Amino acid sequence: MSIQVWTWILVGITFTIYIGIAIWSRAGSTKEFYVAGGGVSPLANGLATAADWMSAASFISMAGIISFNGYDGSVYLMGWTGGYVLLALLLAPYLRKFGKFTVPDFIGDRYYSNTARSVAVFCALLISFTYVAGQMRGVGLVFSRFLEVDINTGVIIGMIIVLFYAVLGGMKGITYTQVAQYCVLIFAFMVPAIFISIQMTGNPIPQLGFGGMDENGIYLLDKLDGLHKELGFSEYTSGSKSTLDVFLITAALMVGTAGLPHVIVRFFTVKKVADARKSAGWALFLIAILYTTAPAIAVFSRTNLIETVSNKAYSELPAWFSNWEKTGLITFDDKNKDGKVQYVADTKKNELTVDKDIMVLANPEIAGLPNWVIALVAAGGLAAALSTAAGLLLVISASVSHDLIKKMINPKISEKGELIAARLAAVVAVCVAGYFGINPPDFVAATVALAFGLAAASFFPAIVLGIFSKRMNKEGAISGMVIGILLMLFYMMRFKFGWFGGGTKEDWWFGISPEGFGTIAMCANFMVSIIISKFTPKPPIEVQEIVENIRIPSEAGAATH
Amino acid sequence: MILENKKNYWKKNLKYLAILLSIWFLVSFVFGILLVDELNTIRLGGFKLGFWFAQQGAIYVFVMLILIYIRLMNKLDKEFGFDE
Repeated sequence: MSIQVWTWILVGITFTIYIGIAIWSRAGSTKEFYVAGGGVSPLANGLATAADWMSAASFISMAGIISFNGYDGSVYLMGWTGGYVLLALLLAPYLRKFGKFTVPDFIGDRYYSNTARSVAVFCALLISFTYVAGQMRGVGLVFSRFLEVDINTGVIIGMIIVLFYAVLGGMKGITYTQVAQYCVLIFAFMVPAIFISIQMTGNPIPQLGFGGMDENGIYLLDKLDGLHKELGFSEYTSGSKSTLDVFLITAALMVGTAGLPHVIVRFFTVKKVADARKSAGWALFLIAILYTTAPAIAVFSRTNLIETVSNKAYSELPAWFSNWEKTGLITFDDKNKDGKVQYVADTKKNELTVDKDIMVLANPEIAGLPNWVIALVAAGGLAAALSTAAGLLLVISASVSHDLIKKMINPKISEKGELIAARLAAVVAVCVAGYFGINPPDFVAATVALAFGLAAASFFPAIVLGIFSKRMNKEGAISGMVIGILLMLFYMMRFKFGWFGGGTKEDWWFGISPEGFGTIAMCANFMVSIIISKFTPKPPIEVQEIVENIRIPSEAGAATH
Repeated sequence: MILENKKNYWKKNLKYLAILLSIWFLVSFVFGILLVDELNTIRLGGFKLGFWFAQQGAIYVFVMLILIYIRLMNKLDKEFGFDE
């Protein structure tokens, strides 16, 4: 059977499963809609968190980025897993004990102020919208390449599916579809990795395989370093970013991960504090399976790519090359007209450009794996993108219906009314996300980094101080968040979008990239919060009692309004 | 008495956090980034050690840290009667 038939079959089966789960787990109350009723088991929550977290970026792009950047790609590996240690130790148990529905809920109550709540709602919406646009694009990409439908049709199909289970089931529907999606995506990621690892090193475990030897007894990584040197690229295992920048980017991604609202809310869905800790453990374990495999895939595909195309005659390249050329994601420009592919670091002589995003998708084809494996990767990519999109849409709809309408505009709204508002908000959010998926603004890629920087600069310090400092008051927290966000926005807009006079790499403050600047903005937030709180009144006694209370795990009770 | 109990519980919790987060910092930021060139002179089979920590080792340690944290806290909860 052809790849296309296999893909239709596998995508059809998985989508049917998602829709089936959605119908089975309709939400009947706001509690079910926001936190899945609050009785999700730690393992199920861990699975759902892992799928929620691993987006199109993790599944499709990350191994590709590592593949092209070598050691520099480590920032994503450490950043996006290390954040879970912070989440498990510093946030999840206490937020679960606090027992509300959303992150702005915590900020608003802990800092006894609707100004704080509004700032938090603004951040949550900004972070989630920038993130979700990228997911929809990923859905479109998979559809257009594997099912040969128009990229826009792909986005619309994806929208309808997400709409179906996010609007119908809310958090309850999302949780159980995410469990299924984790299984699909991890299977789809591991099967080709294992195949290729056996093919290239004889070792079925990719994590060990990429430290193994090829058939000539040369270590794979040494071989790759050699190939890189030959073609003029920087050594694969050393990278080219400055140590300071690697340090700051890693920190920003870690802290940003811990501050992302769609990840945090997952911990509101379990029964008790001990379960919140346990599910964080499950989540990181399940995520680590993919994250430790990705660098192996990066090495395999990089070696395979170079060996397949470098200095080979264009007319003799395998079929996958021309398939991907059609999508415009691989381009070949025979500059010296010798009919061969020169793939080198020197941009004047280089004739081949490969989009980083296609490495995972093209990898099984490059390795010549059976068609069903290639189709499986397509289904996995869709699962990763859809599960994250749904989680983000829920944050958006809860921010609007719960934090804005219920808590600020119309506190008297009935349970039924709130549920309708939540569903309507989800519909609108899907449409906006779909619009950005079809008409992606140039800055989508840039804004995903912005989302992490913003989460690091705003939520993380406010939540951590809210738990670990009884003295922290609204004046301190609000000014810290506002300064952190503004600083981060200013730096990103100046150096990413060229506003405020723009600037190039040379103008970066102390050579810090916008991606790494989140760490600086976070430190600024911490400092401003602490200094301001010293000169302003203590928080009221009730609030200090809240802090005392969330530090003790027992009697968490159910999540309430 | 209960107040004292809560204070002690919190102190112990903070001590655990300090220890676990130091290890977290050590394997990622120190081994994987700051000392990566020095560690790269040591080899672990086909891997350079610094590179291995940055792309594999740190992640394994992260998982273990959370597992240890879960065990420590469950024990602490029981000790102070805060378990459910």
